[in-house]
Amino acid sequence: MDLGEINPVLLVASLMVAATPLLLAAIGELVVEKAGVLNLGVEGMMIIGAISGFAISVETGSPWLGFIAAAIGGAILSLLFVLLTQVALANQVASGLALTLFGLGFSALLGQSYVGVKPPSMGEINIPFISDIPVIGPILFQHDPILYLGIALIAAVWAVLKYTRIGLILRAVGENHDAAHALGYKVIKIRIMAIMFGGACAGLGGAYISLIRVPQWTEGMTAGVGWIALALVVFASWKPWRVLLGAYLFGGITVLQLNLQAAGVAIPVEYLAMSPYIITILVLVILSADKSSAPASLGRIFHASH
Amino acid sequence: MIVLEKRPQPSKAWSYATPLVAVIATMIFGGILFALLGKNPVEAIGTIFWEPLFGEFAFYYRPQLLVKGAPLVLIAIGLSLGFRAGIWNIGAEGQYIMGAIFGAGAGLAFYPLDAWYIFPIMVLAGAFGGWLWAMIPAFLKVRFGTNEILVSLMLVYVAEQFLASVSLGLLKNPEGFGFPGSRNLQSYESAHNAELIAGSGMHWGVVAAFIAVIFSYVLLNRHMLGFHIRLTGEAPRAAKFAGVNPARLILFCLGISGALAGLAGMFEVTGPSGQVSIDFNVGYGFTAIIVAFLGRLHPVGILLAGGLMALTYIGGEIAQSQLGLPAAAIQVFQGMLLFFLLAFDLLTNYRIRAARSEVA
Repeated sequence: MDLGEINPVLLVASLMVAATPLLLAAIGELVVEKAGVLNLGVEGMMIIGAISGFAISVETGSPWLGFIAAAIGGAILSLLFVLLTQVALANQVASGLALTLFGLGFSALLGQSYVGVKPPSMGEINIPFISDIPVIGPILFQHDPILYLGIALIAAVWAVLKYTRIGLILRAVGENHDAAHALGYKVIKIRIMAIMFGGACAGLGGAYISLIRVPQWTEGMTAGVGWIALALVVFASWKPWRVLLGAYLFGGITVLQLNLQAAGVAIPVEYLAMSPYIITILVLVILSADKSSAPASLGRIFHASH
Repeated sequence: MIVLEKRPQPSKAWSYATPLVAVIATMIFGGILFALLGKNPVEAIGTIFWEPLFGEFAFYYRPQLLVKGAPLVLIAIGLSLGFRAGIWNIGAEGQYIMGAIFGAGAGLAFYPLDAWYIFPIMVLAGAFGGWLWAMIPAFLKVRFGTNEILVSLMLVYVAEQFLASVSLGLLKNPEGFGFPGSRNLQSYESAHNAELIAGSGMHWGVVAAFIAVIFSYVLLNRHMLGFHIRLTGEAPRAAKFAGVNPARLILFCLGISGALAGLAGMFEVTGPSGQVSIDFNVGYGFTAIIVAFLGRLHPVGILLAGGLMALTYIGGEIAQSQLGLPAAAIQVFQGMLLFFLLAFDLLTNYRIRAARSEVA
């Protein structure tokens, strides 16, 4: 065992990479939940994003097109959730599970011919001089563009929810859909938009795993990241900046345990691999006392009877 | 313009018809999917649903129906109790794994002793393992109000890692030439969950599944606790006034579903599967969720749904070897079933009417 081999600068830099899929999926789900919908299908939308992004970027040779395809793929799958919960008024918990089960199967079907294929690399941005500054350079200025997109998305969601009319309407729909309906807002339409945004974000997050983080395609490769993203929204008490904080925290744990595995710590590999999930549970326990910030209409079915 | 009108009472007829309609819709859309994969859809559907029951080798496949159906029914019965009360245990896969580890571990601890009491002890240990694993989300929910969906699911991943750990360490076969996995329980007579009638597929897990169906039916229809479960699901406010203790209900529903999933795992590991190994679990815990919904959360319905789902597993394997249908196609097929089921359920609670204009 040699802890000295762990380089703190590389650790922080890889932590940001590990956190990005979580961050993307969680910020999307945050918007969905702010609109009063609980979509448990994040894992399914992520894996669909992972394979559609992977397939398109392998076929076209362009990772950018891959990410666009991933966002579209995630959004299309989320349309199935829309169909179930907003049109057929089905139970949201069951529908979300259906989405995940279906997504896992469908992605395995799509991905059969892509096992073992290497995707085109996106490359990191490299600003002369700035990217070469020791410590700060590798941490802040040597990443792929999607990582920055994720952070920008957090800022955008925060600003939209806090300062714009659309954000206010979205929150109104999530807090009290009957009141919002009475005011003349189209509850269902707003929720559909939110769900599709969530699907697109989850798709991006999935593609980030298959195109940048790993980068290859294996069945079920999201391995519960979608579920951790759901926990992260609770952890963040539905506040965008806390999603960033939480994602980096979880990313840090993941990277640290991988580094400890590589460094050969006396703890068995399996127990280290468990740790992100166990820590998620612990965090949920600590934070579950406070439910005041949850959107009041979360998970309730809206049906305009009059 | 079409509008939905809420029925004053859920339609009984539609509640029976939706699973059938969903199965038919899945066959149609599944057929389209198979056609897109370049297979003859009629042949593929026929292979999946006909071959295992009435085909040339049905004598071999029919017993498999019991073997595959038993764990699904056993787990789904437990899940259905919680689902009825709005308690979502979706970590049955983890409880199934823990049941298998505890059950097999208890048996292997006696190796190579030969005694009649070993198998009953293993059954209890298996149920205890699943119960214990389900008690974690239950306790956290009761004590801290933690979301049981996320906790039970996270524990699936923890259980999978634990399974890997024991098959490489604690339970590894000392005479296994260094290969991962435990001793084969099929060759340890006192711990083997053998077929009760040779060639019938009937083992103790199947018996347990039938007992669970009856137990659940009696509980829901003839017992106060069952009434409270139904009441909490259908009218939470009324349940509160009736003095239903939510904590007790959570502990009971999660505990019983964990114990049943643990039993399923234990019967599987000591019988059809034979040994604890890294890839021992095959997703029964998740498929059982589909079974529970397809069976309308009703014990008898679950029994039928479990049989149907077992059929798609076996038929899927046949289609895989005969037609080259990918294994994932069957998974998609099963996922589709849940989709259509949830979608058509609309007709149970709502009437579709034509309206003149949109108001909002």
